[in-house]
Amino acid sequence: MVTVDLNTQDVYNLIAGIPDPEIPVITIKDLGILRDVKLVDDTYTVTITPTYTACPAMGMIEDQIKEILSNHGIDKVKVELTYTPAWTTDWLSQEAKAKLKNYGIAPPNHSSCTKLFSTAEVVVCPQCNSRHTSLISRFGSTACKALYKCDNCKETFDLFKCH
Amino acid sequence: MTTKDATYNYAIRLGDNALILGHRLSELCSRGPILEEDLALTNVALDMIGRAQALLKYAAELEGKGHTEDDIAYRRAEINYHNHLLIEQPNGDFAHTIARQLYLSVFEYLFFTELEKSKDATLAAIASKTIKEVKYHMQHAIDWTLRLGDGTVESHKRMQKGLNDLYMYTGELFEMDHIDTYLLHQHIAVDTLSLKAKWQSEIEKVLTEATLSLPEDTYMQTGSKKGVHTENLGHILSEMQYLQRAYPDAKW
Ligand SMILES: [Zn+2]
Repeated sequence: MVTVDLNTQDVYNLIAGIPDPEIPVITIKDLGILRDVKLVDDTYTVTITPTYTACPAMGMIEDQIKEILSNHGIDKVKVELTYTPAWTTDWLSQEAKAKLKNYGIAPPNHSSCTKLFSTAEVVVCPQCNSRHTSLISRFGSTACKALYKCDNCKETFDLFKCH
Repeated sequence: MTTKDATYNYAIRLGDNALILGHRLSELCSRGPILEEDLALTNVALDMIGRAQALLKYAAELEGKGHTEDDIAYRRAEINYHNHLLIEQPNGDFAHTIARQLYLSVFEYLFFTELEKSKDATLAAIASKTIKEVKYHMQHAIDWTLRLGDGTVESHKRMQKGLNDLYMYTGELFEMDHIDTYLLHQHIAVDTLSLKAKWQSEIEKVLTEATLSLPEDTYMQTGSKKGVHTENLGHILSEMQYLQRAYPDAKW
């Protein structure tokens, strides 16, 4: 029997570093998926929010939260899903955006770019920093990405869509 | 009727719209006209399945019989499904699929913008999440309507045909029955009737730019709120429910 003397901040810190299953260079804290940890009676209640309604990573993230906490002797854990406030890429820190860029994914601009019928946003190539890029497909390999190509270095790359 | 019963029905209707469209669009997986469109249509399908899951889960909670969202999705008969007739129509050619997406996504954009103000906190939360995704679906449908309408003679012809063939299913989007009215009085449901003029003008704006025309007024098909469907839904369900019916409670 492991003696547990952890507060909610400790629990938060234990799980904050869980990598996103689809983009492992950023964590669930970086992405803003991890919203809150509360102690309700004797149960740690972890609140997470999906990036997109159908984000297939939610189940895996829930399992990982439970596994990590179990390894630290905490078995009374409840993971709750919230839709509000709706997730936005504005929650990504500058640090998280830098990690995305280093990984080869163009980070999102401010979410005001999702205004309807606004002029096309400028997307900077994560490889060569050229601003001469063009959209190949609004939809990419996962719900949160769009596919671009660089007109300068000719590489294709993903844009983490602002949302 | 209690508010809970009415909200259950309302959540089922919205959930069915998402579920059946998700299924229809997933039929295009590996059959898109080009790779990018294969990705696009299946991404939209995925958003729909996510939305269906959220809404049917809420319906199951309101029902209070210990069912899960999967029970609700896979174990009802055709007459208990309440998705719009427009949604169950076959994909047809690509222009036909885009015409359906255009009619629907413009409607959904207007609808969820209103539902976000619902007094039902769960529906409002799902709407606030959905609206962001719908904008993207709508932009996709509009882009293609413009390309096909203002494209070649053949693409123009097919786009117009898709719009014409599906127009008779659009009247139903704006119908209000006793459940809608009851919930509207409680500031839970959306007044869809009030969205019609706006929808028509938005669609007309896109079609004009695409050198297409809004189909002429026609007899509008109806029935889904009573569980009366076109023959298409039965075919969808026979495929979608096959496993659960053949092997109840199958796990793997
Ligand atoms: Zn480049």
